[in-house]
Amino acid sequence: MALSFQDLIFRLQEFWGRQGCVIQTPYDVEVGAGTMCPETFLRVLGPQPYRVAYVQPSRRPADGRYGDNPNRLFKHWQLQVILKPSPADIQDLYLKSLRHIGIDLRKHDIKFEEDNWESPTLGAWGIGWQVMLDGLEITQFTYFQQCGGMDLDPVPAELTYGLERLAAFLQDVDSVYDIAWNPPKRGAPSFSYRDVRHADELQFSVYNFERADVPTLWQLFELHEKECRRLLAEYPSGQEPVEKRRFPVLAAYDQVLKCSHLFNLLDSRGAISVTERVAVIGRVRELAVGVARAWLDQQYADVRPPRPAGSPSGTSPSEEAVVAE
Amino acid sequence: MPSNEFLLEIGTEEIPDWMIEPALDHLRRLLLGGFEKLRLGGGGQAGMPVTNVETHATPRRLVAHVPELADRQPDIEELLTGPPKATPPQAREAFARKLGVDPGKLSVTSTPKGEYWAFKRREKGKKTTQLLPVLLPEVVLGIYFPKTMYWTGKNGPRFIRPIRSLLALYGGRVVPFSIAGVKSGAYTFGHRVLGKPRIKVTGFQQYLEALKDNGVVLRAAERREKILADAARLLAAAQPEGYGTLRENPALLNTLVYLTEFPTADMGQFDPAYLELPEEVLVTVMQHHQKYLSVSDAAGKLAPRFVFVMNLDGDSSGAIRHGNERVLRARFNDARFFWETDQKTPLRDRLPMLEHVTFQSQLGSYRQKMERNVALVRRLAAFVPQASVEHAARAAELAKCDLTTELVKEFTELQGVVGGLYARAQGEPAQVADAIYDHYRPESMEERSPRTPAGALVALADKLDTLAGCFSIGLKPSGSSDPFALRRAAQGVVKILADHNLHAPLPELIAAAQPSGEAAGQLGEFFLDRLRYYLREARGFRYDEVNAVLAVGAQDVPDAIARCEAVRQVRPTSNFEPLSAAFKRIQNILRKAGGVGQFPGEPDVALLEAGAEAELDARARRVFEETKESRDYEMVLRRTAELRPAVDTFFDKVLVMAEDERVRRNRLTLLAWLLRAFTRVADFSEIVVAKDV
Repeated sequence: MALSFQDLIFRLQEFWGRQGCVIQTPYDVEVGAGTMCPETFLRVLGPQPYRVAYVQPSRRPADGRYGDNPNRLFKHWQLQVILKPSPADIQDLYLKSLRHIGIDLRKHDIKFEEDNWESPTLGAWGIGWQVMLDGLEITQFTYFQQCGGMDLDPVPAELTYGLERLAAFLQDVDSVYDIAWNPPKRGAPSFSYRDVRHADELQFSVYNFERADVPTLWQLFELHEKECRRLLAEYPSGQEPVEKRRFPVLAAYDQVLKCSHLFNLLDSRGAISVTERVAVIGRVRELAVGVARAWLDQQYADVRPPRPAGSPSGTSPSEEAVVAE
Repeated sequence: MPSNEFLLEIGTEEIPDWMIEPALDHLRRLLLGGFEKLRLGGGGQAGMPVTNVETHATPRRLVAHVPELADRQPDIEELLTGPPKATPPQAREAFARKLGVDPGKLSVTSTPKGEYWAFKRREKGKKTTQLLPVLLPEVVLGIYFPKTMYWTGKNGPRFIRPIRSLLALYGGRVVPFSIAGVKSGAYTFGHRVLGKPRIKVTGFQQYLEALKDNGVVLRAAERREKILADAARLLAAAQPEGYGTLRENPALLNTLVYLTEFPTADMGQFDPAYLELPEEVLVTVMQHHQKYLSVSDAAGKLAPRFVFVMNLDGDSSGAIRHGNERVLRARFNDARFFWETDQKTPLRDRLPMLEHVTFQSQLGSYRQKMERNVALVRRLAAFVPQASVEHAARAAELAKCDLTTELVKEFTELQGVVGGLYARAQGEPAQVADAIYDHYRPESMEERSPRTPAGALVALADKLDTLAGCFSIGLKPSGSSDPFALRRAAQGVVKILADHNLHAPLPELIAAAQPSGEAAGQLGEFFLDRLRYYLREARGFRYDEVNAVLAVGAQDVPDAIARCEAVRQVRPTSNFEPLSAAFKRIQNILRKAGGVGQFPGEPDVALLEAGAEAELDARARRVFEETKESRDYEMVLRRTAELRPAVDTFFDKVLVMAEDERVRRNRLTLLAWLLRAFTRVADFSEIVVAKDV
């Protein structure tokens, strides 16, 4: 019997928990990807080691298909793992995690194919692969190089499992909506992905594409941007570490996430022209970089000053890249 | 292991397939350069340079092997000569001090100029085992990759992917060094699934066998052969169903070779119902997105089969085939969904949407570009006489509309093609549809130009507008940076003019696209450069042939090609190169006399000396009269080359710089006229004659 959706999650959490990861819960603000959660975006900064794994429902309004398309979702579920610093046997650990969810590597074809990741809104990029399982992309594997415009040292490894794809593969179903969410139990009801999520996909597709009020979205975007700027301007950079520690940098970051999500919503409503697009991405990035700097200063003020951003040759992310990642 | 054998294996995480061959080439050159600098010979014998560095790679390892590498540098022995023996002793002592040796160690050497103090310096050569530990880390980290990373922190090294293992042996012993905390050793590792993680290595032959036993085929050529042999077997088995041949795709095959350590090909199938979708879409999904090779049926049409390559020794349970078929089905479903959705909004209704697609921020939207393209098609029409202007203008109007379709958003590499397919499906004339389909072509020197004259016209307009626009706002390519692919665009223009035999002067084409300010001049030079490149690289003309031809005219592409062709044909004939030498001589004489421009017009026949001079004049005039109108450049050159004996006799018998000023001036005028009259096809003086080299 193939793993149910929830058992797949349990197994992966169990595996990475045993590798010393903190098992976190999903972040409670809308994000486009697990990378945007503070558990990744902020924790990868600075010298402190960290290991964490969590499920993150990731919202990409433009990818919604009203629940009609068997493979495309407005909100898909990622399992995000961060190992900082990345251990030398990281690839082997990853392959063991696949065995742990029942994939016999003797019977399946695994390839690591070049795929570098970048997020212009977060000022972040990394080098890595998409991991292909019998021709299906199941994981994005990235060695983070920069985040918030700053070079990362040590280098964290980020593994992002696409949970619907993996579950559909394991259960051999052609539509994500046919995935069994929970394992069958005599006398108790069984639920499919459709039962749990279809209304969500349909209603949010309607909202994101048809009903969201564009002027309201712009207003919200500007309010959150303003709040974030205000906080960043008030950050007590000259003061004692004790004072700095109290400052709500995390709250400022929530405002960045709100801006990013509102940008994606506006984009799916077709409200952002191509020329505006680059400029708005730049506005969100500026906030993200500001928060990253403040966080680093706050957390490591008494350790050492933040490193200035380096720019390795030929690797700066392009402005035109997709924003939702 | 043979006592002088050298073996290096850099074990890494998966290197991007397309970077591997260039990296191997660089590794080989770095080793050769290092051995040369260290004066380490090959062939087991000091002094003979290493020529034989064999390199191999899989995605997880870069390997270099040298069968024979000398075990030490040769000793250095040199004689350093000092002051003459006759000088006072202070000079001798100063010389000894400079060398830091006792004056008593100096000897006397005899030279043709007399006797001198000298010192015989001897330096013992170092052992290879001392030199390699320093050389190897430099070589490994010196390999160039287009994009690198660090993995042990900012103070660590950069490489394409993390280095996890180093095997370095010389004469069977480990060459000790370390990179990023990885120590070199005598161990390699097998295939992730099929092999052991740690395998002792004693020499190259044993290494190859050990890898084979552990699921790694080291030689790329063997992996390629295995894929092709597997595919041939699968196709033979499918013969009864009528699925005949593998569609060749050497680039994809190479990708598969460098994505696998142990490749095995297998065949999958898909529902023939998907064949209703255009082949272009299906093939793009299979080849570009899934890295599958596609298969033709007996009639050459796309078969509902595909060949995929796994990095494993087989698929006994069929699970891998099942998985790949499942993924392809999802991809095809997506494509079909996009195709159907797109059909609801015909191309012509998408024109307003182009306002929202930016071409370039200073150059406006694609709507504006489209309007410029249409106007330019009309201005250029006279240069493409075979094209229907109305069809071309219609195609230019619709050509960019597919940028707003779902299918192109998903499969960007199909831009143009999708527009052409939709135009046809939506009832546009075939002329229009084909021109849209082809208008990005040619994207490389191998790709064919647009098939029709209308397609050529639209493609010329699109590329010229992009070039003129970008140059006008200062976006010229520099070095390796060419984000708007302007080199490719200009190359495309040149290739279209050549393939369609269009005698359109380049400066007029450039002017029609209305570049601003200095851009026209810059574009002229840019095109000259591209034309030169095209003639040399795509047509294989020799450097000096291209120079000779372009020196006398570079505006008309097919004409320049015809002239190059004529030079290539006539060059091997006996008179040609000597005549080139004679022309060079004429040029030198005229340069010394103040330049060709000082001697306009024709020589005065009355002043010509009977004999060699009059003979040359008469023959040259005859040849000139008979050839001056001809476009048969080969004939022109052959006839010109026949003047060689007359030219030679002239130089033998006649003194150009005669005493009488009028005679001298007349002779120089004769030479200047010859030069002008016979450099219509090529400037012979640019031809590098064997003895010049």
